[in-house]
Amino acid sequence: MAITQLSVFLENVPGTLCKAVSAISGAGINIRALSVADTRDFGIMRLIVPDVEAAKEVLSDYTAAETKVIAVKMEDRTGALKEILQVLEKAGINIEYVYAFAAAVPNSAYVVLRVDDVEAAEAVLSQNNVPTLSDEDIAILLP
Amino acid sequence: MKNYYQKEIETASREEILKIQNEKIVKQVKYVYDNVPYYRNLMDKKGVKPEDVQSVDDIKKLPFLTKDDLREAYPYGLLGTDLKNCVRIQSTSGTTGKRVVAFYTQKDIDMWEECCARAIVAAGGTNEDVVQVCYGYGLFTGGPGLNGGSHKVGCLTLPMSSGNTDRQIQFMMDLNSTILCCTPSYAAFIGESLAEKGYRPEDNKLKAGIFGAEPWTEEMRQGIEKSLGIKAYDIYGLTETSGPGVSFECEEQTGMHINEDHFYAEIIDPKTGEVLPDGEKGELVFTSLDKEGFPLLRYRTKDICVLSRKPCSCGRTHVKMTKPMGRSDDMMIIRGVNVFPSQIEAVLLKEGYTPNYQIVVDRVNNTDTFDVYVEFSPEQFSDKISDIQAREKSLNGAMRSMLGIGPKIHLVAPKSITRSEGKAVRVIDKRKLHD
Repeated sequence: MAITQLSVFLENVPGTLCKAVSAISGAGINIRALSVADTRDFGIMRLIVPDVEAAKEVLSDYTAAETKVIAVKMEDRTGALKEILQVLEKAGINIEYVYAFAAAVPNSAYVVLRVDDVEAAEAVLSQNNVPTLSDEDIAILLP
Repeated sequence: MKNYYQKEIETASREEILKIQNEKIVKQVKYVYDNVPYYRNLMDKKGVKPEDVQSVDDIKKLPFLTKDDLREAYPYGLLGTDLKNCVRIQSTSGTTGKRVVAFYTQKDIDMWEECCARAIVAAGGTNEDVVQVCYGYGLFTGGPGLNGGSHKVGCLTLPMSSGNTDRQIQFMMDLNSTILCCTPSYAAFIGESLAEKGYRPEDNKLKAGIFGAEPWTEEMRQGIEKSLGIKAYDIYGLTETSGPGVSFECEEQTGMHINEDHFYAEIIDPKTGEVLPDGEKGELVFTSLDKEGFPLLRYRTKDICVLSRKPCSCGRTHVKMTKPMGRSDDMMIIRGVNVFPSQIEAVLLKEGYTPNYQIVVDRVNNTDTFDVYVEFSPEQFSDKISDIQAREKSLNGAMRSMLGIGPKIHLVAPKSITRSEGKAVRVIDKRKLHD
């Protein structure tokens, strides 16, 4: 299952990230996962939140876009990520970016993958019994 | 010992100059009326006949030409003779993609090169000099003009064109260049590069520089003179009239002598078009006196300056103009290239962007910086950095092909560009270009 990620364009000036994050927390939204990619001029904040619509609303002053990404649940051990990436590599799926997040489920870790072909990635991960999360999973995960 | 390229005309009495101008203007107006239908229509509309112009005093009866006319008449509408009589085209960037193209007969080229030769001799040039020309060659008039002038004087000419500073310095040092021709900002850059390589100002053989094509200050002149160990001379011109050499500085360095036997200068009030007396600040207007390929009568340059006929210690009697003190339109000169905000806007619209942008120009280490901030639309936003950078790169390429100079593009969020009273501030020019 693919999940919905919210990407937000941020100017690369002091205080921007704090301001954006404050808007989200002010609406009582708990950020599940976060990654910021930056250049000299700008940054892109990528967010996984339980309620994308609510987050979009509080971020209406920002340029934001929804992107389908894959969140993989995996064992928290050496080599677990490598095994998943090998599955995708064999299927010829290109990974645009990756970030990891933790959850309070013992021995588990989560990785968000932005790939060029979401459907193919879902199919091949499912064939290889790699568990992926859905938007509903995100909503109930650590409420 | 004072040197002139064409002493007789350069030091002629005011009466002689006026006599030459009066003779030439009658012929030139008739020539234009007979050969350039576009201008004949303008004259007919204003009810002016060629015989109404009997002296330069009558020039004020003639209609003005503007860059808009040049654009409308593009490419052949203002041509003064059959193409078979022309030997050269030079061009400058213009608004909305249309360039200004100027045509030259061999006689026009000779006149233009003689004007440049006068500038080189005024800067101390003789046939013993090595002239390094690092203005761009090609459609831009800078390189070809000074190159031709240098030949006329008999100097050993190094046609370097612009860029590749390491090579410029190597040739300058190995081949003992004595006169440098380029934009003032590039001269300053060469000065810095020489210092970085450990050269002192006295290590080079340069004695003079002829710098133009962009505004520069007295302060910048002093910096260049010190870093290169030379005397720096200003030169002025525009493709529409010929190119560099329309006017040039002498050793007095108090303004540029206009080659009045070829170009008649007026200063007008840019709002009313009324001719202003010498000493008053206004827009510079040129009338060519003896051109064949691309004769222009009363061409409005949009450059704001002052004319002075005070006698000059150099012995030259031709009227002097100050450095341009500004523009009566919104044209900017960035690294020697003419840039209009409307050109930026045209590229943005063509490339599918909103016309919400801001141009920021500055001068850092004597080189112009050129940044354009562009608001993208939410649909253009991508969560991949590489997509945004690819958009910036592609926009830079589109601007470069339009302007001949590529700004650094910064895509910014919608509505993020500061608006004053609802209107976005289009241009922020932080350079101090005028004293």
